[in-house]
Amino acid sequence: MNMGSGGQVTGQGVQEIHRTSLLTRALGVREFTLFIIIIGFSLILSLLTPHFLTKANITTTAIGLAADGIIAAGMTVALVLGGFDLSVGAVMALSGVVAGSLYLSGTNIWLAALVALGVGMLCGLVNGYFIGHVGLNPFITTLGMMSIARGSSYVLTKGSPLSLAGISKGFKFLGGGRIFGFPVMVLIYLVIVLVMDFAMRRSAAMRQVFYVGSNEKAAALSGIDVSRVKTGVFFLTGTLAAITGILTLSRFTVAAPNAGMSAEMRAIAASVIGGASLRGGEGTILGSVLGVILLALVNNALILLNVSVYWQDLLTGIILISAVLLDFLSHRSTYLTK
Amino acid sequence: MHKEVLLSMADITKVFPGVKALDEVSLEVSPGEVHAIVGENGAGKSTLVNIVSGVLQPDGGEMYFDGKAFAPWNPREAQELGIGFVHQETALCPHLSVAENVFLGRMPQRVRALVDFKEAKAETIRLLGRFATQINPMDKVQDLSMANQQVVEIVKALSLDCRLLILDEPTSSLTEIETENLFQLIQELKQRGISILYISHRLKEVFRVCDRVTILRDGRYVKTLAIKDTTEDEVIRNMVGRSISTFYPEKAGQGEEEILRVEGLTKERIFRNVSFSVKKGEILGFAGLVGAGRSEVARAICGIDGFDTGQVYLSQESVRFESFHDAISARLAYLTEDRKVEGLFLNMAIQPNISVTSLENITRHRLVHRQKETEIAKRYVDMLRVKASSLLQKVVNLSGGNQQKVMVAKWLAIDPVVLFMDEPTRGIDVGAKAEIHHLMRQLVNRGVGIVLISSELPEIIGMCDRVIVMNEGLIAGELMDSDITEDNIMRLAATQRERIA
Ligand SMILES: Nc1ncnc2c1ncn2[C@@H]1O[C@H](COP(=O)(O)OP(=O)(O)OP(=O)(O)O)[C@@H](O)[C@H]1O
Ligand SMILES: [Mg+2]
Repeated sequence: MNMGSGGQVTGQGVQEIHRTSLLTRALGVREFTLFIIIIGFSLILSLLTPHFLTKANITTTAIGLAADGIIAAGMTVALVLGGFDLSVGAVMALSGVVAGSLYLSGTNIWLAALVALGVGMLCGLVNGYFIGHVGLNPFITTLGMMSIARGSSYVLTKGSPLSLAGISKGFKFLGGGRIFGFPVMVLIYLVIVLVMDFAMRRSAAMRQVFYVGSNEKAAALSGIDVSRVKTGVFFLTGTLAAITGILTLSRFTVAAPNAGMSAEMRAIAASVIGGASLRGGEGTILGSVLGVILLALVNNALILLNVSVYWQDLLTGIILISAVLLDFLSHRSTYLTK
Repeated sequence: MHKEVLLSMADITKVFPGVKALDEVSLEVSPGEVHAIVGENGAGKSTLVNIVSGVLQPDGGEMYFDGKAFAPWNPREAQELGIGFVHQETALCPHLSVAENVFLGRMPQRVRALVDFKEAKAETIRLLGRFATQINPMDKVQDLSMANQQVVEIVKALSLDCRLLILDEPTSSLTEIETENLFQLIQELKQRGISILYISHRLKEVFRVCDRVTILRDGRYVKTLAIKDTTEDEVIRNMVGRSISTFYPEKAGQGEEEILRVEGLTKERIFRNVSFSVKKGEILGFAGLVGAGRSEVARAICGIDGFDTGQVYLSQESVRFESFHDAISARLAYLTEDRKVEGLFLNMAIQPNISVTSLENITRHRLVHRQKETEIAKRYVDMLRVKASSLLQKVVNLSGGNQQKVMVAKWLAIDPVVLFMDEPTRGIDVGAKAEIHHLMRQLVNRGVGIVLISSELPEIIGMCDRVIVMNEGLIAGELMDSDITEDNIMRLAATQRERIA
């Protein structure tokens, strides 16, 4: 009730406070901090080595991060739901391998890719069915799916990579082509990210993901079909993993059973660095993009500065823990009062 | 004259982003005194006691406990000095048993863990025995009803040797009998010289058990009055700055047209052979003790939990909702009693918390129509006078009563034909409560059927056109008109019956 203390909701009060809080919020958000860090990091790197700000280096880095980025975008949605999908790296490998072996046994490559996409979707649906409808834990379910998908890729290839030399130019264009000098794979990543970012903010389906991730019981008691929402999310992560697998196949023209190794861990790291929370209900696609870029930059720096790549995991870990710590400190008061 | 003071707070100020929750508030509590803090929703009551108990730190002011300067940095420090706290929102570990939850508070004495374990368990059973409800110390807290959780929370605080006990709306989910038991305990504690800070929106309780009352308004100290020298009306006037009619809205005549009819609804071990009907334009009350099965019947009808046998007719058509979603589509609404676990999306803003139930209506081409969403949220925030800095404020940062209003809002937004309200005014201040009561009456006058489940007898008696009393899963009787009295309800509710098998 407004007792004249000012600043309460009545009439225009809402709008006004809304505006100021938008500005303060912009300064407080994770994305903004990350953006500054990335710019600073790039500046330092360009001073340290002349090879950083070259067209070749930037293009390769961008193509490299596109694959991780597509997977991370899906992972962010899973994190918002309050779950995660450990099987994405393996599903990515499996779809590449399925397309590769079908092609080698005489199938048209486009048809083969379509089947591979279907396989990834199926893996996602299976995950979703067990998590959403049966009620199994996402950790266990997707860990199982990870083994199954990885195992199947090894079985299909008998352990060694399949080479797809002589594959059609058209198909190679997906992962290796350029449009006006711009890598197609990066363009595909950009389109996916733009669509998903818009969907996260505006679509009713994604809104339901936020509700479920924020409070599953309350979502169910508000009439949201929680099982369906969960199934949908794992269908999405599986589909995106398959798309990544197919793009990677096109880029290297090799179907490797060990492709996408620990991609799920990099994706979780990137999303969390970008502000997604393992508690669910929080996360943005833009954040995942920035997280992926930061990790790729670190990797790039190690290569350019001739540091052993073995440092990469170590640094990823440090960045991840710093990000989580930042999250904890900024939410500390809520942890206590709840 | 020298007067003993246990706790004194001087000029306490606390600022949250966008609100000054406390503005130079002062307060003194004597040993053995029951001191009430009252004020409207969002007046700063919980914030004040959170500062005493170390959950929050003040931005200004000083505190003395037992004559010594006192500035607890966390709840643990306050607890070690002998400050016990029953939170407005239960703060128990849902996965642990009742006994374990009570022991948790005893951690400081872990050196003699084994001895204490037995002692504490016996103590738990003894203290639980003081309440009428049957709680097994080995039950998991998450399986308990709200009222029983509140009892456990009280028992937990009591099991500690405290010198100051803070009770933040301890009776909001309790029925008369448990409340009565609590009052007896308070008298005993008082005799032992223990002081109590008592927050409640139920002024009747304040006038029954408290010695003095401090009134807050919009974060500012108004005055402290001795209970014996004041009246409810004076307290209310100081709380809201004007007089409020606390009379219940006029009842309507009996409705004729039946909206909902339930026949022989049975669920093994929970309720049996429940039959009743809801008529257009009436408020039907469900009274009974905690655990009588009132909420369970409502949840079964709405397809939230299943039932074994029985029939439900909506406007004379037989229906059986497989999911709550289906029930909502048929414009049946169920307002849950537990706002934190089952009702709200705490880390989301007010706006999506209200629009969640009407998402389908504000979706065009698969996208949420933001302007329509804001319109809906704003309409109900204004109607219920939710006190918030903006529609985008996170619900977790609202005061308890304002959270309750947000929850009511999301069900009004679906324009229901039958509305089940489980403790709809829990934790809501006198003014807002009267508003919600009038709103309920307006809704039924427009043809909505309301089923009111409440543990507050005056609310049932004041609001309902017809009352069904449940007792251990069975309908014990139906009361109408002048038969709706406290005596009649209690007689039906508390009579021992054959236990439902
Ligand atoms: N963490 C927070 N962040 C921002 N504002 C807050 C926070 N906690 C409380 N507030 C605001 O401080 C004010 C006082 O809240 P408080 O919870 O103390 O009210 P209350 O008197 O206990 O109300 P109720 O009777 O509804 O429980 C409210 O306006 C509330 O929105
Ligand atoms: Mg409060």
